[in-house]
Amino acid sequence: MMKFTEEHEWLRVEDDLVVVGITAHAAEQLGDVVFVEVPDVGVTVSKDDEVVVIESVKAASDILAPIDGEVVEVNEAIVADPGKVNEDPEGEAWFFKLRVEDMSQMDDLMDEAAYKKFVG
Amino acid sequence: MDDLNRTPLFDLHLALGAKMVPFAGYDMPVQYPLGVMKEHLHCRATCGLFDVSHMGQVLLRPLSGDVDDAALALEALVPVDVLGLKPGRQRYALFTNETGGILDDLMVARWDEALFLVVNAACKEADIAHLRAHLSDTCEIEVQDRALIALQGPGAAQALSHLVPGVEDMRFMDSRAFGDLWISRSGYTGEDGYEISLPADTAEGFARRLLEIEAVEPIGLGARDSLRLEAGLCLYGHDIDTGTTPVAGGLKWAIQKARRAGGAREGGFPGASVVLAELADGAQTARVGLRPEGRAPMREGVVLFEGEAGGEAIGRVTSGGFGPTVGGPVAMGYVPAALATPGTRIYGEVRGKRMAAEVVALPFVEQGYKR
Repeated sequence: MMKFTEEHEWLRVEDDLVVVGITAHAAEQLGDVVFVEVPDVGVTVSKDDEVVVIESVKAASDILAPIDGEVVEVNEAIVADPGKVNEDPEGEAWFFKLRVEDMSQMDDLMDEAAYKKFVG
Repeated sequence: MDDLNRTPLFDLHLALGAKMVPFAGYDMPVQYPLGVMKEHLHCRATCGLFDVSHMGQVLLRPLSGDVDDAALALEALVPVDVLGLKPGRQRYALFTNETGGILDDLMVARWDEALFLVVNAACKEADIAHLRAHLSDTCEIEVQDRALIALQGPGAAQALSHLVPGVEDMRFMDSRAFGDLWISRSGYTGEDGYEISLPADTAEGFARRLLEIEAVEPIGLGARDSLRLEAGLCLYGHDIDTGTTPVAGGLKWAIQKARRAGGAREGGFPGASVVLAELADGAQTARVGLRPEGRAPMREGVVLFEGEAGGEAIGRVTSGGFGPTVGGPVAMGYVPAALATPGTRIYGEVRGKRMAAEVVALPFVEQGYKR
């Protein structure tokens, strides 16, 4: 099941990891993505840390860590080809995977229905 | 809420699904459903249609009936040879101030009976006041309430010639009337193309007929900006302004021999002493092209340094972003003249990190002008 933040990130639990990306709505708003900078593997992040820089043809934006965790994998494919973020934002173009101690952090996030309502 | 002006093509933009943004007091299309990147690439590959009706259009009609008089009067405001412009030709010009700074950049076309000026939207009120203050004794200053459409790209001549036979025979910077249409072979993309001034009430029909042609796509302000940046063309208020001079701005080529030292009409424009001195001795700073070595764009405002660490700021980026045709980041900015040689490596500070960039010659893409 996917969860969503008000910053337009999605989170999906895969095995014991949480995969994070941005929503199709966010990708659409950003426009054509031309640059992505991902964090180093092994970095420990806290909720609201700036972890990813994403630049579109229009502007630069930061992606914040949605929850606490350790970055265990990053998606180098979107660094090499940032356009993937527009093509498949909620699938192949995930940003990073977190190892999370406390999965209850996910409880406060929106489910798909709530997110759909949130973006109107 | 501010009351935004609308161009005669406003309804068409909405019908085409444009995303609208405020720009220079107008509600303008920043992109259409195709998106900035594809719009940009489409324009370079085939042909794009732009609504530039927000720009100012002014006719200067000489009271004497002799266009030479209007040309000489305008020369008091610009460092450009207007008198030497042949009928049916157009030239890039600059309004300068007393310190040699740039008040606006514009196009001047010379016709048999008048001069036709196209000025920037954000400056047009000030430009018109400037013209009225200085030229009212010699010219009728007729501000036009017309639409302006740009058709740009290698397919522009073929597309426009369907509607207006004869445009294919024009050369770069020719300007002439075809009935109600005032057409110049020029633009702001680095590509071949045209700017078409036409009565406001016929603009939508004309634009729709162009858009019916397979090759023609509507292009928004987003791609207009990346196209002109790759073409190395200045955006007024960013790359040039009252704090930059024509020489520092790399616009020496716009000052013809007749207005330079020893020319037939040397000086005689605002700030001439500064500009002539800089033509002789060079300016302290120079506008240069920059190719960031990484993939991260260096946008307007990025501070430039000579070294990878320490040292004082040497300049800043005035326009920058991703160049879809170049396939990477491109920027323009000002650096000290000593660091303006192509091949010089400098650094821009992006998110607290110094990133290397190479000074390069402009433009970033080859020009497609039909000279």
